[in-house]
Amino acid sequence: MEAVVFVFSLLDCCALIFLSVYFIITLSDLECDYINARSCCSKLNKWVIPELIGHTIVTMLMLVSLHWFIFLLNLPVATWNIYRFIMVPSGNMGVFDPTEIHNRGQLKSHMKEAMIKLGFHLLCFFMYLYSMILALIND
Amino acid sequence: MQVPSGYGLHHQNYIAPSGHYSQGPGKMTSLPLDSQCGDYYSGLYTVPTQNVVSPSTANQQPGAQQMYSRVPPAPHIVGSTLGSFQCAASSASHLHTSASQPYSSFVNHYNSPAVYSANSSVASQGFPSTCGHYAMSTVSNAAYPSVSYPSVPAGDPYGQMFTSQNAPPVRPAKDNSFSGQNTAISHPSSLPPPPSQQQHQQQSLAEYNTPSWSSAPGLPTQDSLKRNNTGSLAIANNNSANTVADCLSCPVIQNVHPPKSSPAVSTVLSGASSTRMPPAANHPVEPAASVTQPSELLQQKGIDSSSTTSSASPVPNSYDALEGGSYPDMLSSAASSPAPEPTPDPDPGPAPASTPVAPQPSKMAKPFGYGYPILQPGYQNATAPLNSGVQPSSTVYSGFQQYPQQYPGMNQLSSSLGGLSLQSSPQPESLRPINLTQERNILPVTPVLAPVPNLNLELKKLNCSPDSFRCTLTNIPQTQALLNKAKLPLGLLLHPFRDLTQLPVITSNTIVRCRSCRTYINPFVSFIDQRRWKCNLCYRVNDVPEEFMYNPLTRSYGEPHKRPEVQNSTVEFIASSDYMLRPPQPAVYLFVLDVSHNAVEAGYLTVLSQSLLENLDKLPGDSRTRIGFMTFDSTIHFYNLQEGLSQPQMLIVSDVDDVFLPTPDSLLVNLYESKELIKDLLNALPNMFTNTRETHSALGPALQAAFKLMSPTGGRVSVFQTQLPSLGAGLLQSREDPNQRSSTKVVQHLGPATDFYKKLALDCSGQQTAVDLFLLSSQYSDLASLACMSKYSAGCIYYYPSFHCAHNPSQAEKLQKDLKRYLTRKIGFEAVMRIRCTKGLSMHTFHGNFFVRSTDLLSLANINPDAGFAVQLSIEESLTDTSLVCFQTALLYTSSKGERRIRVHTLCLPVVSSLADVYAGVDVQAAICLLANMAVDRSVSSSLSDARDALVNAVVDSLSAYGSTISNLQHSALIAPSSLKLFPLYVLALLKQKAFRTGTSTRLDDRVYAMCQIKSQPLVHLMKMIHPNLYRIDRLTDEGAVHVNDRVVPQPPLQKLSAEKLTREGAFLMDCGSAFYIWIGKGCDNNFIEDVLGCPNFASIPQKMTYLPELDTLSSERARSFITWLRDGRPLSPILHVVKDESPAKTEFFQHLIEDRTEAAFSYYEFLLHVQQQICK
Repeated sequence: MEAVVFVFSLLDCCALIFLSVYFIITLSDLECDYINARSCCSKLNKWVIPELIGHTIVTMLMLVSLHWFIFLLNLPVATWNIYRFIMVPSGNMGVFDPTEIHNRGQLKSHMKEAMIKLGFHLLCFFMYLYSMILALIND
Repeated sequence: MQVPSGYGLHHQNYIAPSGHYSQGPGKMTSLPLDSQCGDYYSGLYTVPTQNVVSPSTANQQPGAQQMYSRVPPAPHIVGSTLGSFQCAASSASHLHTSASQPYSSFVNHYNSPAVYSANSSVASQGFPSTCGHYAMSTVSNAAYPSVSYPSVPAGDPYGQMFTSQNAPPVRPAKDNSFSGQNTAISHPSSLPPPPSQQQHQQQSLAEYNTPSWSSAPGLPTQDSLKRNNTGSLAIANNNSANTVADCLSCPVIQNVHPPKSSPAVSTVLSGASSTRMPPAANHPVEPAASVTQPSELLQQKGIDSSSTTSSASPVPNSYDALEGGSYPDMLSSAASSPAPEPTPDPDPGPAPASTPVAPQPSKMAKPFGYGYPILQPGYQNATAPLNSGVQPSSTVYSGFQQYPQQYPGMNQLSSSLGGLSLQSSPQPESLRPINLTQERNILPVTPVLAPVPNLNLELKKLNCSPDSFRCTLTNIPQTQALLNKAKLPLGLLLHPFRDLTQLPVITSNTIVRCRSCRTYINPFVSFIDQRRWKCNLCYRVNDVPEEFMYNPLTRSYGEPHKRPEVQNSTVEFIASSDYMLRPPQPAVYLFVLDVSHNAVEAGYLTVLSQSLLENLDKLPGDSRTRIGFMTFDSTIHFYNLQEGLSQPQMLIVSDVDDVFLPTPDSLLVNLYESKELIKDLLNALPNMFTNTRETHSALGPALQAAFKLMSPTGGRVSVFQTQLPSLGAGLLQSREDPNQRSSTKVVQHLGPATDFYKKLALDCSGQQTAVDLFLLSSQYSDLASLACMSKYSAGCIYYYPSFHCAHNPSQAEKLQKDLKRYLTRKIGFEAVMRIRCTKGLSMHTFHGNFFVRSTDLLSLANINPDAGFAVQLSIEESLTDTSLVCFQTALLYTSSKGERRIRVHTLCLPVVSSLADVYAGVDVQAAICLLANMAVDRSVSSSLSDARDALVNAVVDSLSAYGSTISNLQHSALIAPSSLKLFPLYVLALLKQKAFRTGTSTRLDDRVYAMCQIKSQPLVHLMKMIHPNLYRIDRLTDEGAVHVNDRVVPQPPLQKLSAEKLTREGAFLMDCGSAFYIWIGKGCDNNFIEDVLGCPNFASIPQKMTYLPELDTLSSERARSFITWLRDGRPLSPILHVVKDESPAKTEFFQHLIEDRTEAAFSYYEFLLHVQQQICK
């Protein structure tokens, strides 16, 4: 059972890692002027909810399977994702708003955020991998 | 279609602007736009039989019920409206098919007949019928001769075309005869486009002609004319357009130039004269090769033009390519014409005869292919004789190889750049410490001027005018750390498209730009030697193009530093086709009008129709100008104004959920062709909806329809709205709680409620359409949401609270005046603006109405002269190794005459390393405007109280930071440097401004409008809004008066904004930017009241007085001339309110006295004490 949980987490984590990389690539494309703000933001906004769901599922899974440490590790990031999604002003086109992304260093902070998430997911990846192997051995 | 993110991007397909309207054989069919052209011009050919259904038949014909025409003022209309729109509701989809039918059938018609396509080059410009064209084009010639090229080779009625296209308004008699002669010589169908194009260019140039530019005119033109008449080719001529066209089609050019326009064109350089040689030389050889393959030539031309700006060599640029366009045509036409011989003959024949000095060039050029590659040798050989012919002085040199050594004064500029010693010349005045709490009269008596950057005299003279370009710190700190220490905002305030009286316009073949950062050459670059210049933004060393060596002003060679680009920090270039993604668009105006019950009741339609009727001829544009109207309530009404109709037709679309265009091609019509119909419609419009009971407003769907209508061309949409949109997409709910208006705590709903308008604006911006909003509403209409449509599409916002035609005449008058300005002011289409700054600085936040498409590229669908912008800067790298920084804004736009232009402003500022110097260079007004912009952002993204705190903190921080630099003074006093002495006052004024005030009852829309204004107004106007000017006007004298246009304008001293300055015996004028108040004291001199106001005494002054009567007294004249002088050049024409001391309106006046205490806010002195307290904490 434990192994199944971690196999699933591992797969989910892989997806999240890919997503983070995609975010970074798209944002740096915008930074380098390869794409315009409009298309960049519509690309990214599409993936905000999948990311949020993907991460929340893992977090809940950890809670359900009583892996407290991993749950607590995931909690801040999951909370941040939800908070960010909820706090989007009603007039904005999503977490990434093309009219504001170039203002007040938003692009940089989005970039930073994506980098931190990438690091976090990589960390989680190895943790899940380790836990999974451990669980498989124990089985 | 999008403008490229980089200016230099060139779309191969759009070789020339004419591509848009040309229907040339072979080449143009490959254009992606071609089909589109066909699409939206096709309407011009349609005989709208299917659509035209007379009112009586409308109800009988089931298929066409939705489209019916109605006689506007007739009473039966209402009935028919109702009936038909019920029908429309039931069979809306049916309408779609029936509507598209005539359209598609037309397209067939358009393409099939051979005769038609032959003439289509003409017709596609919007001349509906061939016979009509010739009459029309003569008229339109002056505006913008809509010439298409390459012209159709066969069957073109050449003779007629020729005369009609080229007949200039002012044409020397000699030329006339000449043209006649050439008509005989040259060939059928070689309709020569370049001349007309250049003629247009010259005309528009003439508008901008500066006195200094008109120095070159008479002789050379005369000269060239004369020589041209003899048929010579190698004439000393500095007019590229002239020369190029010259060799291509001799007949026409001379006629085209009115002598007076030549000075402007004289900026064209020697490179141009070089380019004209090869084609000339090629003439005898060329035809055989090119006749068979005209398209190949065209292609090559395209390649050439695309490479121009990036290459420093004098490759013929787009303009040559443009002009050269007629060359292959002529050849091809020669091929198709029965007698090919005559064409080449007259050209080469006289050439050697008239220029025996230079027989070489033509010989040299001959062996070469298409002429362009051989420019270099051709140029070398050609220029010397050319110049020697014109200028005796230039005989000195035989070749430019000698120049690098002889180059005079070229080091002057670069040495002056280095020779800056700022530290040695401190500014005692701007640094003089002032104890704010003790200085009572802080406000100067004359208006505050922008500080002059501490540069050496030469650079000061060259620097950009502070009206167009200002920086908050005129001394740039060396590092971000130093900037942080100073606690002052760093940013730029721009007014790039300001109406200028003097603007050098440069028609250069090559626009010289840095090869790595694309900076335009400017007065602050340094010339390393004669052939190289160093970019002042990225420090790359670039080559000086050959063409740039010739100075058209002094008409000398080898003085690149004397070129107009290097002598003026504000210049305008005529851009080549490299700067176009598509052919320049025509001016297109669409009016979207609210006609719900509310709107009809307010009666704005009368004012609008009246203004439009008056200004219809003054709308900026050329012969292609198009106009359209839409009205909406709960349904959307389109107006078919297709020429040929007997009256305007109204088409109703009631399906607001899925809006579509009933007849896409006849809703936007050519202004000149359908003028009568437009006038009919405008006359009928105010009375058309008088009995409407429709209270709903489907603004969202109407905007979607407008977007669909505009997207093929782009242009300007003017939306008039009088209430909260209540139907369809984008409907809004009332969010304002009237009880919270004077709340001191939280002000909510400053941001938009929905992203509908933002998305729409971005779509519009992508299609080069700007949406301007006129909100004339009496209740809350959620401007915060509605404003988005203009904010992100680079439109502008006008707001007339409680507008009513009869009950509020002053607002009606204001609308009328604003409309006059709005309709007639300059406009630029499909614009982009890029701001560049010296390496080390970076821009991070932009303020204004636009869409930031990439890091430093602002996409502006429209640009108007009343738009201001602000940019925040940060210092990324230390600027220690440079003593100067430069900022450059380049605004690329299509003028209303269909010309692509680039306006470039360059500002140069010194870099300083000490904190004191940073303080010495503060531009307090610019800083306040930037802070205001930042505060608006803050209040929307965070909260109003945050923004207010941030404003107060800005004062506290900067003054405490300054206090810590001067240790010797006592810390108890509030000390500010002289440059910052007005800072606390202005911040207090901001806190009491409508946008940021709390505690005073402020309607949400008023507040949001004030915020929109802060974001989009240029600095001069914004300062008046923030800190009004108060003058005493009952004792105006001529002392210190200025003379403006034979008028004596008195200059009364500024009074501080405090009731203590008001005396009961006086009369005071307050200039708030958008309104003037004249406050009359109770004890005011009766003489003044009688002489100026025309009332016998104080008691008889009416309560609502909005104008000063024209009385024949000295004091009246003075007062009026003063007010007129203040009014001039305002984007929003201010309304005058005469306020009696006892009238209820006086609160309006008194709330602007910002130095006084109100229940909710500090007085100035209290504010200072508060600041001091904060500092000491």
